[in-house]
Amino acid sequence: MRRLIVPLVLASALLGITAWMTSLGTVGIYRIPKWNEVLVATFQHLSLVLAAEGLAVLVGIPVGFIVSRRALRWIGAPLMALTNIGQTIPTLALLALTSIALGSGFRAAVVGLLVYALLPIVRNTYAGIRSVSPAVKEAAQGMGMSRWQVTSRVELPLARPVVVAGVRTSMVVNVGTAAVAGMIGGVGLGKLITIGISVNVFELVIQGAAPAAALAILLDAVLGLVERWMTPRGLRKADSQMSRGTRAAKPAQGLT
Amino acid sequence: MIRLEHLTKVFSDGTEAVKDLSLEISQGEFCVFLGPSGCGKTTSLKMINRLIPITRGRILINGVDTQKRNVNELRRDIGYAIQSIGLFPHLTVAQNIATVPLLKRWPRDRQRKRAQELLDLVGMPPDTFMDRYPSELSGGQQQRVGVARCLGADPPILLMDEPFGAIDPITRHKLQGEFLKIQERLQKTIAFVTHDIDEAIKMGDTIALMRDGELVQYADPATLLAEPKDRFVRDFVGADRVLKGLRLLRARDVMRPPKLTLHIRETVEHAIRLLDERRRSWIPATDENGRFLGWIEREDLSSASSLAEALTPAVSTAAPRTPLNEALSMMLGSATGSVAVLDDADLLVGLLSFGAIREVLAMDDESEDG
Repeated sequence: MRRLIVPLVLASALLGITAWMTSLGTVGIYRIPKWNEVLVATFQHLSLVLAAEGLAVLVGIPVGFIVSRRALRWIGAPLMALTNIGQTIPTLALLALTSIALGSGFRAAVVGLLVYALLPIVRNTYAGIRSVSPAVKEAAQGMGMSRWQVTSRVELPLARPVVVAGVRTSMVVNVGTAAVAGMIGGVGLGKLITIGISVNVFELVIQGAAPAAALAILLDAVLGLVERWMTPRGLRKADSQMSRGTRAAKPAQGLT
Repeated sequence: MIRLEHLTKVFSDGTEAVKDLSLEISQGEFCVFLGPSGCGKTTSLKMINRLIPITRGRILINGVDTQKRNVNELRRDIGYAIQSIGLFPHLTVAQNIATVPLLKRWPRDRQRKRAQELLDLVGMPPDTFMDRYPSELSGGQQQRVGVARCLGADPPILLMDEPFGAIDPITRHKLQGEFLKIQERLQKTIAFVTHDIDEAIKMGDTIALMRDGELVQYADPATLLAEPKDRFVRDFVGADRVLKGLRLLRARDVMRPPKLTLHIRETVEHAIRLLDERRRSWIPATDENGRFLGWIEREDLSSASSLAEALTPAVSTAAPRTPLNEALSMMLGSATGSVAVLDDADLLVGLLSFGAIREVLAMDDESEDG
């Protein structure tokens, strides 16, 4: 559990900062939200993230898997290029678009987030399955595994760590993006941050940003454990490098 | 028994990888598919277990057309080992070896017991290795596990695509030797692909030499070496260091002392008794001074009145310093398949046999590589 120490210390520090800001009560003429308001916002934030992430997992893993199939490889490569381009679209622009299309609020925010959350999951699933060595697949097939057995006994277990790493990246990015989505949709911690920015009160912005950062750190730590648990034992040594390589940098983007 | 009949493979891009290949591998035979890369040897091998679909022709295993069988069941009855091994990195050594037994739904404890047996067979202590993962093994150990895995459910047929190709020469020689010993015991029918003529000669009962998708010569190693069918075979065989190695060795390095000789003045009856007792078909004959005269063959004795009459004079004899490549061609011209080695006084000091040459070559390779 040593790997949990750093995230826990960081998260506690961030929560301490939140508590400090909350305890201020007022800054100038502005009232600082109370504990229960911060809690509600955090909870909203988390539900936003989890709803988008859950949908992204449900859609992204099958899509990534399907386009990795030999018959659909011709879709795979262009789709991966597309997901890369997709990630270059500014968060704010995309979220603004979804809120124009779907109106503001929770649902529009979830749809916007979903698009972002999907990308790393689809990409990692595709890459994870493609990374299974052809020799291993040939051996499996040559020894008489059916197509389904090659997939279920060889490809999926071997791709699993990379897939989970994708979910982890997606989740952490999602926490940050959700703050931006909240600014537009008026929900979650993003709402606190938006108010802070609009009235130019530093403490208010921190009060929204610190719990979001804590959330990102904690979710990352939890998923790190899941990732480890989901990695077959025989891959663990090699995998610590593999997932590090595959997992994109995980900035808590959009937090400021 | 594996029988390839007019086997042809045309890939979708129009390449004709295998052209009208027909050959038969009999029960318990170790057949090596040999040839330069791109000659169609691997394609031929993979058509046997249907990893590559056949364009024309057919393959019979024990008289049954492989196309008529369920493809997965067919493959489970054929051991398969490849150069890149392809061990499953997420499974333990024992689980890897028991892959086919698992697919065949053997009970758990039987799978484990089988893995244990096979690890023993390939010289890896089961207690140490059963529960390790492939990433924890050396290249040679992985290769051994690969061999053990292809023997998993004790299939009568093994397909091996350069199974010792990816390891260092010393380990390779060791594994080749060990595998030959295993094969002596198990008597599997084996189709084995290699581009290495040393390996082909060392391992094969027969060698199918291929070029551009065609079977050029199908013969046992001695014949291939002695009677190459055309220039390609001669180049392929001759360009190699086995024969260069032969030139470097002398008869005295390989010869064995004659255990049994016959005095030419002995009676025919004595000679018959001696040969029958020892189950030999021939024996070297000497005169009263121990000088070599020639061979007495069992089949000539029945009608002969004296040994002198039955004597087959040796066409050629070797001296202790005769290079082995010369001795080998003498051997192939000799009625008995052996060459007598005589000293300056024509005294018989040793006999050369093909088996002895093969053995020494294998040893010599090892010391060269070390």
